[in-house]
Amino acid sequence: MEEKIITVKNMVKRFGDFTANDNLTFDVYKGEIFGFLGANGAGKTTAIRILCGLSSPTSGEMKVAGFDIYKETEKIKKNIGYMSQKFSLYEDLTVSENIKLYAGIYGISAKKRKAKEAELLKKLELEAVKNKLIGDLPLGWKQKLAFSVAIFHDPKIVFLDEPTGGVDPVTRRKFWDLIYEAANNGITVFVTTHYMDEAEYCNRVSIMDAGKIEALDTPAKLKEKYKAKNMDEVFIKIAR
Amino acid sequence: MEQLRSFIKKEFYHIFRDPRTMLILFGIPIAQLLIFGTVIKSEITDIHIAIYDQAKDKTSQEITHKLLSSGYFILDKNLESLDDIDAIFKKGKVREVIVFKNDFGKNLVKEGTAEMQLIADASDPNTAKLAIAYTSAIVNDYIKKLYPEMHMPMQITPEVRMYFNEEMQSAYMFVPGVMAMILMLISAMMTSISITREKELGTMEILLVSPLKPAQIIVGKVIPYLFLSIANAFVIVLMGRFVFGVPITGSFILLMLETILFIMMALCLGILISTVAKNQMVAMFISMIGLLLPTMLLSGFIFPVKNMPIPLQVLSHAMPAKYFITIIRAIMLKGVGLFYVWKETAVLIGMTLFFIALSVKKFKIRLE
Repeated sequence: MEEKIITVKNMVKRFGDFTANDNLTFDVYKGEIFGFLGANGAGKTTAIRILCGLSSPTSGEMKVAGFDIYKETEKIKKNIGYMSQKFSLYEDLTVSENIKLYAGIYGISAKKRKAKEAELLKKLELEAVKNKLIGDLPLGWKQKLAFSVAIFHDPKIVFLDEPTGGVDPVTRRKFWDLIYEAANNGITVFVTTHYMDEAEYCNRVSIMDAGKIEALDTPAKLKEKYKAKNMDEVFIKIAR
Repeated sequence: MEQLRSFIKKEFYHIFRDPRTMLILFGIPIAQLLIFGTVIKSEITDIHIAIYDQAKDKTSQEITHKLLSSGYFILDKNLESLDDIDAIFKKGKVREVIVFKNDFGKNLVKEGTAEMQLIADASDPNTAKLAIAYTSAIVNDYIKKLYPEMHMPMQITPEVRMYFNEEMQSAYMFVPGVMAMILMLISAMMTSISITREKELGTMEILLVSPLKPAQIIVGKVIPYLFLSIANAFVIVLMGRFVFGVPITGSFILLMLETILFIMMALCLGILISTVAKNQMVAMFISMIGLLLPTMLLSGFIFPVKNMPIPLQVLSHAMPAKYFITIIRAIMLKGVGLFYVWKETAVLIGMTLFFIALSVKKFKIRLE
């Protein structure tokens, strides 16, 4: 059996009468791309926020990167990266300054940062604009950079909360190239999305509806099970 | 430490790259000081008056002459009857009418009392009050010089005399007030805005997911404004000293320490506001209405607390600025040491600790 990097048992989150996460149980394996699917309001963001330590669960047992979510939040924080659907870079800072800031916050030494920064800028072809303000860059570039910054400290897991909202399919495809690359380097990717074509790129997907996980398997098996041509059909059959 | 350093550096980038923030930080304090210093002066010049001299004797004419040569008054008209008074006020130009009663000088010498009436247009109460005060003082002065042993029958209360003094002291009064207001503006408002901005943009989540501790985030947010506020306090004190001639008779170090205490208090208020406010607009509104207005109106900076209705007087005790202004005035003008202002200092320390405790509690809750 593969090594589990996230274990979730009976996770419940209530906001008053409303149950956002209703008894979720699932595991995420090391190095996989785990897709967390669901319609808007199905409870994806709530779950991801709990796993990142931004929100506390009502009940349940959760471990992230081997650490307990209640007691070892500081250790978890060092081992995860996070990119939200809102934008996570500072618009009034330059590309280079943003990288410096995150490197500083994660305690990466100046020497190591310089080497990694140069490599990253070359890979993203952002060398020419490294002293430009983020606010002046196109959205697709910003998202790629935001993702690269989120994994700059080589976390074990990176949480991506609808990272590709609002960009065209070509840019999205390029963004997924970066995700594959990260996964190849051993980083576990936990990604929420409502684009079903993206679901096909994941190793395994879970589909949430009204706070519950309705299905969890590889895209191929899900398609077989629901006798669907693509993930879109799977999703519609489940969510209905 | 390295973490905090890069965070603070970023904070300074935010400040120096935003023209609006720069304007608030450096433009407004200087503008405020100049505006308050030059416009809101409690002194009068060229007030138009009318005189109804029933006595027309030596004394009344000498007093008239003295009033007109003082530079504060311009004689618009000599009235011939009491009925003219109403009409001339209605025209609006004349602010004060001075009436010398019959046998003014004679009665003064013979009986030691003489009657004179000062009537002011109170539609502009400030000017009216000042005009009356100036007139009374000039008349008083004249009588005293003429008959040193004599008592004036007119109602010249000590309060009137104090108002007269205010001409020279108006700058002394507003410099501490403006300082309190500006420090409140920079420390509380700018901090709360800068924290809520991160919430609004979503970058706060990124910071909270990072290994930075909440306390580090708060400290990192607050430190740049602490430095800028101290720099501003310097500018205000120096401008007060060299532009408006407000002396610093007490210890400069004590003055600065008290100022830093007040800044800390305001920064904590800013953090507290940011934990309550959802976005920058709300933060700005709460700071403006909840902090700046009361600081201006209730701290005794513009309106004396003594003249307020009782509920507002009670409320004014909750204004941190009130204590700060008292301390600053005492140090700058009276030159007293900590011994004389320890009560006010203690109140400020107490408030600071209270707000720190409250914001730490609130900030934790917000993380849920």
